[in-house]
Amino acid sequence: MGCREPARGSVPAVNTGHNGPYRTKENTMAKYLLLKHYRGAPAAVNDVPMDQWTPEELTAHIQYMRDFAARLEDTGEFVDGQALSPEGTFVRYDGEGRPPVTDGPFAETKDLIAGWMVIDVDTYERALELAAELSAAPGAGGKPIHEWLEVRPFLAEPPTVTE
Amino acid sequence: MNESLLRELVPTVISILVRRGADFAAAEDAVQDALIEAVRVWQDDPPRDPKGWLVTVAWRKFLDAARADTSRRHREVRVETEPEPGQSEAADDTLQLYFLCAHPSLTPASAVALTLRAVGGLTTRQIAQAYLVPEATMAQRISRAKRTVSSVRFNQPGDVATVLRVLYLVFNEGYSGDVDLAAEAIRLTRQLAARTHHEEVAGLLALMLLHHARRPARTAPDGNLVPLAEQDRGLWDTRLIAEGVDVLQAALARDRLGEFQAQAAVAALHADALTAEETDWVQIVEWYDELVRLTGSPVARLNRAVAVGEADGPRAGLAALAELDPSLPRHTAAAAYLHERDGDLVTAARFYAEAARSASSLPERDHLTRQAARLNAKLRG
Repeated sequence: MGCREPARGSVPAVNTGHNGPYRTKENTMAKYLLLKHYRGAPAAVNDVPMDQWTPEELTAHIQYMRDFAARLEDTGEFVDGQALSPEGTFVRYDGEGRPPVTDGPFAETKDLIAGWMVIDVDTYERALELAAELSAAPGAGGKPIHEWLEVRPFLAEPPTVTE
Repeated sequence: MNESLLRELVPTVISILVRRGADFAAAEDAVQDALIEAVRVWQDDPPRDPKGWLVTVAWRKFLDAARADTSRRHREVRVETEPEPGQSEAADDTLQLYFLCAHPSLTPASAVALTLRAVGGLTTRQIAQAYLVPEATMAQRISRAKRTVSSVRFNQPGDVATVLRVLYLVFNEGYSGDVDLAAEAIRLTRQLAARTHHEEVAGLLALMLLHHARRPARTAPDGNLVPLAEQDRGLWDTRLIAEGVDVLQAALARDRLGEFQAQAAVAALHADALTAEETDWVQIVEWYDELVRLTGSPVARLNRAVAVGEADGPRAGLAALAELDPSLPRHTAAAAYLHERDGDLVTAARFYAEAARSASSLPERDHLTRQAARLNAKLRG
């Protein structure tokens, strides 16, 4: 091996900072899914059903969500966002030549997804920050809902350099 | 003229516009517009002097935009409309463009996007597709990046290390979409290596070439990941390997070791082995020692532990692994592998399953799940 002069100043740091759960790749951005639940998440702090809000409170809430998405588009972090109807049906294969079997909707099922937003951000911390911002959307009384949102990292492409 | 030859002219043409008095952001936009026109027009009527054509058209686009901007703001155009083509146009400012696009004030993602557009000449749409985001999102990222560097003086000397980091990120992103990011990273690193004599630029180029050489063997036809030890080495690109080794040896001879040269040395030792069994693991461990000394990186330590497992046996590897933080990426996968080599299939299967749950990519997760399933089937007899 011999004795070499390492060019210390020129060595880029390998990213070893905590990037959130399961982040193994030294890459540029990572995608996260922000999940909003109708049911299945812990109760929000300001937990008043939407149909009990005033029309003005509803308008303010909807505007907040639109502004949030527009702001993310402007920062170059927005990927996708969709809202889902609460009407869901379970479907399964029932054998060759038979129609699919459907069941539900189940009033008592534990988990019900209301919608999602996909973001592409520099760090896990940024994903949490944005989720918290979304959770601050105004609800009853014009106060933040403090709703629990679920943050899930996407599985990415495998890195080229692994050894 | 093919697209990559056209794109090679992009940084030079941007630099010429900047020298004539355009600001970087406007010059970059004008050259992109000129590229779109080139793609449209050149098919039927290729110019004799492509660079001259691009400069003329880009300059016209710039002036049009500046005039429109001026009439909006009621200001005068301060740039000369009829520049004298002088000696300055012969100078190559491409290197300056690399520094600007990798400026430390930019986040890694912004630097990557700006480099691919201004140095690589890719369109916003191509970059957006490669990174799987909407075009509007990528356009915003690029225009914000341009705003961030708008006050940076163009002729300011930059840091090669930041440029290397950006190029490494592009390469490591791998392959998704129509644009081959790995090939693009190699092209840009080659171009950089031709303009600077920095050892680490050569080191990074060698690293890329040596890894790229293995790409045909890295994925099975069904899309499954093939680990290094199981790759069909006949599929490795020997021409790229030879070039990578040459580039690396020339760099190492200058005796200024850096992270990328050390990583490339590991890759070169793998490339040198005709079969996995012939791998010189003792030397690989020595290079990882260098890498750990240079970077202190926990990831380098983890890779070193695996190499120790090959050089001195799985028990030694597990002992080296035990000294590291178990929450490190791939720690559990490495432990699973070493336990299997040590004959403890029960522990290995459990660790493979655990590693699969924490994998960060789908191919890795599938691979680790298959390893667990293989061992569990064996254990059932």
